[in-house]
Amino acid sequence: MLSTHISLEDTPTLYSAPSSSTKRSYIWRLKVEQVKLLDRFSTSNKSLTGTLYLTATHLLFIDSLQKETWILHHHIAAVEKLALTTAGCPLVIQCKNFRIVHFIVPRERDCHDIYNSLLQLSRQAKYEDLYAFSYNPKQNESEQIQGWQLIDLAEEYRRMDVPNLNWKLSDANRDYKICETYPRDLYVPRAANKPTIVGSSKFRSKGRFPVLSYYHQDKQAAICRCSQPLSGFSARCLEDEHMLQAINKANPSNRYMYVMDTRPKHRMQSWWASKKDIGRIVVRISSKIWRDEKIRESDEKARLNAMANRAAGKGYENEDNYSNIRFQFVGIENIHVMRTSLQKLLEVNGTKGLSVSDFFSGLESSGWLRHIKAVLDAAIFLAKAIVNESASVLVHCSDGWDRTSQVCSLGTLLLDSYYRTIKGFMVLIEKDWISFGHKFSDRCGHLDGDPKEVSPVFTQFLECVWHLTEQFPQAFEYNEAFLLQIHEHVHSCQFGNFLGNCQKEREDLKLREKTYSLWPFLLDDQEKYLNPFYTPSSQKFTVLEPNTVPFNFKFWRNMYHQFDRTLHPRQSVFKLIMNKNDQNKQLEKEIKELESKIKQQKTRHTDTVLTKESLHCIHADSPALKPSLCFKKEQTLLPVNDAIRTIEGSNTADNRYSEYAEEFSKTEPAVVSLEYGVARMTC
Amino acid sequence: MEFSELIRTGRAEALLLPGPGQPPVRGTLCITSHHLLLSAGHGSPGDLWLLLRNVDAVEKRVAGNSGTITLKCKNLHVLQLEIEGLEETLDIASSIEALTSLESVTTSYPFFYRPQSLRLGDAANLHPPDHFYQQVALQTDAWRLSAVNRDFDVCASYPPALVVPVGIGDEVLARSARFRQGGRFPVLCYYHTTNGTVMLRSSQPLQGANRRRCAEDEELLRAVLALGGGRGLVLDTRSAQAVQQARITGGGTEAKAAYPGWKRLHRPLERGRPLQDSFVRLVEACTDPSLSMDRWLSRLDGCRWLTHVKETLTAACLAAQGMDREGVCILVHGAEGTDTTLLVTSLAQLILDPKCRTMSGFQSLLEREWIQAGHPFQQRCAHSAYAQARPKHEAPVFLLFLDCVWQLSRQFPLSLEFGEGMLLAVFEHAYASPFGTFLCNSEKERYLCEVKTKTHSLWSSLNQSKERRRLRNPIYTPNPLALWPSVEPQSLQLWAGLFLRWTRPPEPAQEAWEQLWRIVTEQEGGDTL
Repeated sequence: MLSTHISLEDTPTLYSAPSSSTKRSYIWRLKVEQVKLLDRFSTSNKSLTGTLYLTATHLLFIDSLQKETWILHHHIAAVEKLALTTAGCPLVIQCKNFRIVHFIVPRERDCHDIYNSLLQLSRQAKYEDLYAFSYNPKQNESEQIQGWQLIDLAEEYRRMDVPNLNWKLSDANRDYKICETYPRDLYVPRAANKPTIVGSSKFRSKGRFPVLSYYHQDKQAAICRCSQPLSGFSARCLEDEHMLQAINKANPSNRYMYVMDTRPKHRMQSWWASKKDIGRIVVRISSKIWRDEKIRESDEKARLNAMANRAAGKGYENEDNYSNIRFQFVGIENIHVMRTSLQKLLEVNGTKGLSVSDFFSGLESSGWLRHIKAVLDAAIFLAKAIVNESASVLVHCSDGWDRTSQVCSLGTLLLDSYYRTIKGFMVLIEKDWISFGHKFSDRCGHLDGDPKEVSPVFTQFLECVWHLTEQFPQAFEYNEAFLLQIHEHVHSCQFGNFLGNCQKEREDLKLREKTYSLWPFLLDDQEKYLNPFYTPSSQKFTVLEPNTVPFNFKFWRNMYHQFDRTLHPRQSVFKLIMNKNDQNKQLEKEIKELESKIKQQKTRHTDTVLTKESLHCIHADSPALKPSLCFKKEQTLLPVNDAIRTIEGSNTADNRYSEYAEEFSKTEPAVVSLEYGVARMTC
Repeated sequence: MEFSELIRTGRAEALLLPGPGQPPVRGTLCITSHHLLLSAGHGSPGDLWLLLRNVDAVEKRVAGNSGTITLKCKNLHVLQLEIEGLEETLDIASSIEALTSLESVTTSYPFFYRPQSLRLGDAANLHPPDHFYQQVALQTDAWRLSAVNRDFDVCASYPPALVVPVGIGDEVLARSARFRQGGRFPVLCYYHTTNGTVMLRSSQPLQGANRRRCAEDEELLRAVLALGGGRGLVLDTRSAQAVQQARITGGGTEAKAAYPGWKRLHRPLERGRPLQDSFVRLVEACTDPSLSMDRWLSRLDGCRWLTHVKETLTAACLAAQGMDREGVCILVHGAEGTDTTLLVTSLAQLILDPKCRTMSGFQSLLEREWIQAGHPFQQRCAHSAYAQARPKHEAPVFLLFLDCVWQLSRQFPLSLEFGEGMLLAVFEHAYASPFGTFLCNSEKERYLCEVKTKTHSLWSSLNQSKERRRLRNPIYTPNPLALWPSVEPQSLQLWAGLFLRWTRPPEPAQEAWEQLWRIVTEQEGGDTL
């Protein structure tokens, strides 16, 4: 393979493209010229011609206008080689950030080389081969350490006023002995002792026993999380019952608590129904079921069914065994349903020449928005239980790292305005997603693994947050770009934060020494992520009460079509407002400076005798100040021009109606039409 | 006629439920000849002051000794009145029904409305009929102002002053008019300054099954091509099949052989009943919060409203593109040339002409391309989405236009001087208004009813400075370029500000809008320092 240097001047527009300083010395392994990049939505196969480079980390396409398209290998979800055409060999690359590129490589051999290289480069077997381990943002060691220390979860719990009278820090999991997928530091009710914790963890799937996720200072209510109880195997576990009791007691303001199972009830039943043949389940049917009139009346077969169904009920806590528990199912589907749903959605939206009708029926049949609504509804239930009833809530799903993370994090986002700030959102992700063991590497397919483990659970969380920002335009410090950027890096493997599936794994990988944290980089750039409409609420606990009637849900174009520029608005309000805001601040500053100057002048003059001339002097000063303001004003025109420039990008060629334009240029048929012969003059 | 004969009960005690997000009001209900008032006393903020013409449907329900009247308004607001007393309920309902079904124009409210801040006739010079011609005359002397229709003899739905090619005499126009349905011969509606191409509109030629021709009509269109670059495109807003059908009843389209240089393009746009049905079904879906996500999406799909938006924008973009990029002259027509034709011509102008995107430019666009061009507002907007009566001539063509403008404003948020508030205001006033602007079906009828001298103009009201915050776009930045919108389904949105206006609380969006104004005006305040 050839190997040469690419030297590039412009900084790429793509988020995760390497910075220009590092880029200069990029080494490419493969270079193919005369490659065509097809317009994804064009029905007339419009294309750009350029050169394709393959580097160790990126695929780079530079078109004839010198515009660069960078694709990180880790972002590649699928590469597909289509059947050879007269123009060349088509290669379709689908990315995890929803970019889809369609190349046509003139020679099949080249296409084959690229295809094989990409397959190899996009599927790493070891963590150590991921980009984060080679990425060097030119930070020194102390900056690296500081970066990792930016988010401190112990401090976050202190912010919630934990530990306190009712909640304590437990060292039970210091060495990951009780639960491998939990963090070392766990907060539990003060009444829960070690035997209770150990016993409860044995009763819970993967040892994920109930721990504190969020403590609501005002209501003294807590959000706890865990995995499903293994009550199908043995009917009850006293320690687990104690644990829940302790959680309940830790909340002095309400005598009952909620247990939220985030799974849909019907799925639970079918899961258990499929397990019933294994025969290793010892179902102890409580006497209650035999007393049930209907069952006694029915025949043997129906009785068996009922037994199976009752067994199905054992995937969650038996209310009989737990006192003061209110049980709640919320129907969020599992990772497989979600994966299929997103696939369907993307299929529909990738269609060329999509009609409005196909778009909506596709949106409907994918079920995507229904799932988003279900997640948000669950979070609302959680928030309401805390706010309206001051009740503590224990949330779980199966393993307690997917749906549970969604519901806990969204619930607290509704409750606590801190999480609606940039820093707070980082904390929220660190706490409910990273530290509690959402399996980022499995769900995002960072390594070449089981495709059935991949699921857009975190993407759904971001989409729910986006829907909230749409409903409450002033409540969030961050904007859509922030959510998109986080999504980008969850998949990029450029930073260490999202690598691995749990904290233990991250420690074993020594990520803190070998990679960098994303958060300081986002904070440095925070200008880009600020919401100009943000109005911080005066109170800490300003609860958001979103309305989840279906018409409040929209397709998130800027996520799923973020790289399809032609579908986007042609002008950005955001830039303009941010500039206006900046100018306002600048002007205010200037006013203050002027005022202080005037004051100084005044005092100086009052020191001397105040004469008419001196007064004149002050006035003479003020017109001189005017130009400086005017100058600022002219500067403000820059972003405006910028906006116009984005319009210039909008041309008829970008849009599908332009394809009718061929009608204009078609030559007139030479044959005189028959109409002429029968035409008769009137008038 | 005395209004008082129709009012069976003038007063009653009632509880008003104005809809989700707003508090109920208890007070005295009062019906006057044109209004329904409900006051809790001393001008409290929740007072209702409802123009009866705004009521689209009245539903009454009685239970025991009280009743509920549901008023469904043309601006899509639904409000409920709970009235004590069976008799009163029935009387009030029938009074409202009687007063809302009055059809006479001259007894309508605009002829009585006399606000203190406005003077009659103020708006007469706001959008003078020959203003458009003056603008064209600045650029070229190839077009003239013809007074052939000064007595509305040649065409009942055209205004008296029309712009036509210089070399074409009035008698040719009159002949051409006879060959066009309703006398709507081709007239200039837009002159594209950048390259001198033009857009004309007309009605369909009366070709008929015998494929008749008209020498004068052909001469007129030949003259247009001679002035505007030599190539022309007839954009027919019907399908080729619909044109075939129209021939049977005497209509048709321009035969290729008879009009050399003119090509034909069919872009079928829905109008009439199908469009009205689409509107009704969309509003039904939007007012039903009990729908599941799947039902909602399937009803949004089933009503086809956004399909209409997409098709309309596409047709307008095509026309605009033909002029701007291909340098061809465009003639737009459907059948009568008063509905979909105007949709295309007005939108194409908004896309191409920065002047139309200003506050006053937009008003004169509406005035010229809709009101004076003879869109039958009275027929089309007689009822909105709630009326139970079988629609006769109703169709939300104008609303579809406003929706398309809104889509443009979403994709080019800085390029229109007016905001969503302006579009909402125009929508409301087109359906029910104290102003005379949207009364009647044509200039002729307006002349006969003396609308211009006896009613106030909406424009002078909207141009008052107190309306600024509501109607203007605070971040408007003049943009000299054409606006080419994306028409992909992913780029189009449901106009929540209109269709969901009354079903969800407006606060968050409203506050953000206010803040936008604050951010922008803060700076202006700084300038005056």
